[in-house]
Amino acid sequence: MQARLTLRAFALAAVSLYAWPSLANTAFVSNEKGNSISVIDTATLEVRKTVKVGQRPRGIALSKDDSELFVCLGDDDTIQIIDTKTMTVAGELPSGPDPEQLRVSPDGTLVFIANENDALLTAIDVKTRQVVTQFPVGVEPEGVAVSPDGAMVVATSETTSMAHLIDWGTKTIVANILVPPRPRFAEFTPDGSELWVSSEVGGKISVIDPVKKAITRTIGFDVPGLRKEEIQPVGIRFTSDGKLGFVALGPANRVAVIDGKTKAVLKYLLVGQRVWHLALTPDDKLLFATNGVSNDVSVIDVAALKVLKSIAVGSYPWGVAITRQ
Amino acid sequence: MILLAFAVMTLALPLAASADPLEVKVGVLRIEHSRETISIVDIPPADDFIAGAKMAMADNNTTGKFLDQSFTVEDIKLAPDDDPIAAARTLLDKGVRYLIADLPADALLKVADAAKDEGALVFNAGAPDDSLREQDCRANVIHTAPSRSMLADGLAQYLIWKQWKKWFLVVGSHPEDVALGEAYERSAKKFGAKIVEKRVFEDTGGGRRSDSGVVQTQRQMPVFTQNAPAYDVLVAADENEVFAGYLPYRTWDPRPVVGSGGLRPTSWDPSHEMWGAVQLQNRFQRMFHRSMNARDNQAWVAMRMIGDAVNRAKTADVKAVRALMLSPDFQVAGFKGVALTLRPWNLQLRQPILLTDGRGTVSVSPQEGFLHQVSELDTLGFDQPETKCKLD
Repeated sequence: MQARLTLRAFALAAVSLYAWPSLANTAFVSNEKGNSISVIDTATLEVRKTVKVGQRPRGIALSKDDSELFVCLGDDDTIQIIDTKTMTVAGELPSGPDPEQLRVSPDGTLVFIANENDALLTAIDVKTRQVVTQFPVGVEPEGVAVSPDGAMVVATSETTSMAHLIDWGTKTIVANILVPPRPRFAEFTPDGSELWVSSEVGGKISVIDPVKKAITRTIGFDVPGLRKEEIQPVGIRFTSDGKLGFVALGPANRVAVIDGKTKAVLKYLLVGQRVWHLALTPDDKLLFATNGVSNDVSVIDVAALKVLKSIAVGSYPWGVAITRQ
Repeated sequence: MILLAFAVMTLALPLAASADPLEVKVGVLRIEHSRETISIVDIPPADDFIAGAKMAMADNNTTGKFLDQSFTVEDIKLAPDDDPIAAARTLLDKGVRYLIADLPADALLKVADAAKDEGALVFNAGAPDDSLREQDCRANVIHTAPSRSMLADGLAQYLIWKQWKKWFLVVGSHPEDVALGEAYERSAKKFGAKIVEKRVFEDTGGGRRSDSGVVQTQRQMPVFTQNAPAYDVLVAADENEVFAGYLPYRTWDPRPVVGSGGLRPTSWDPSHEMWGAVQLQNRFQRMFHRSMNARDNQAWVAMRMIGDAVNRAKTADVKAVRALMLSPDFQVAGFKGVALTLRPWNLQLRQPILLTDGRGTVSVSPQEGFLHQVSELDTLGFDQPETKCKLD
């Protein structure tokens, strides 16, 4: 209860300029089998509404100004654009078949998307809604990351087990780095000095130096009482100061908290079943984790490293994005 | 189009061309399976098994182009009277050091021993015989196909979970059926089920196709299953497709059929779509215009293991590749929810067993609650303490 009260107090203090009729931020959660987006108020931690979208929504991301939500619709072979004010469909992006994950470039002009079926990385201009570039990468590309300065784009291919580093200035692949099996997600540290790649089947995080283009460190996980096979890292997020890294461990039902400097695992937070993806509120106070099998979202108090609440959402929640404004 | 041309140009730039290009030749040896299947859906296609190896070859080559490695497959399809050793020699003489085989147990052993003289590694991606993993195991044979005991245990765990503990076991009259029946008897004992009756279905010959409809089958199956003691589930052991496929909906008592008909334990099924498997199915469909069966998948896994190990070892040297495959860090991504690893004591690939009705994955074993000190996957099949395998 104490935690809830503190939370409300903080939420009221953090007055948002965002046009949504609330003082707080908004978390959007894609429900893979529910074919819907759950809209959560990050102050009250309640679902404000549930909006129907197309078939099999997974990866979601907000435009730089939070006005649009891009939703990968795997079974509709498109990315739907949702107007976040009205929560209605505002258009589509030509994603190609079976889009799963996407990234918006730091300047907000491009959306990067991995096309698993075609082994391509596609860049789409947000304004014109046209494909501007495509790169052939490994088999079943999935994770996409962009460095904070926008200079490097990374795609991870699941079956090829590689992170493909693309110099966006010269538009060339500058390195193909072999990582443990089935890499699914990639994330740059906020200062851009490290690239973390999660390997779902390998059960590891590879820390890559984007300058040296080599793995400098591998982080493993050991949860007492859990089989090694159950530890399947997917989603990764960092606090904006880079001091903490969070990794969703899939069917291990835990979020690992990692010291950004020493890479030591500080804690395993017990969340719901099959945790997929993570998102932090802009003030770094709350971390949202989607639990694919238990149909809920766990909300974690970042300062206390405690799970505050579980919020029931739609069927098979997968992706999560939180407004920044 | 212009965009694609540009992209291909960028790719053509030398990336990390450090060492000489590495070419890995893989041989595939396969027998022709009988077309006498109960369902026409299961009639083996002409590219049965090899299609799986070919798709993995394409997967390996996509990775290989970034590492300056390439993979090729040479396919030998054996007619019933062909000599498997001669075929193996043809491949070995061409410098092939990796063989992926879909052969009966005796032929596989002969090929393995011929391959041993050349330092070659054989992948058994077809034969389910437990003897190949136990008393007849070989240090140069890796098994990607699950054994009969793994399949039987996978099904048994689910039946126990379901509280269907009284089994009516019906076994065919072929040696393979007898072996499978024994696997079910062992599973029953292991997990606490009771076989209330064991009945043999004699194969009296004859084809599977008929223009006269289902009249005879509809009369034959109820009568055959009549007068059984009270049972929860009928377990059918019929590897030769003589009767099991006819049993569902036709038993005297209204009971589910499992085993070789009804709910089947398998390594793979065209309807499996979880854990990203739909991507694999789509790729396969696109390349071969048909769906991926269990044999295709077992060949795919073997070829992917070769590719992954060569990618990581950066050499095609058989000893180095085998050593890497045996390390606990060698994890195969097989679209079955968990990493697949090798049992170091008999070179069997640990894998979940899918339970399918052919329309979808009903469940996946190991079931919750079947615990193990090393890996829950080792609750399936013969475990290390009971193994008869001695690798030299």
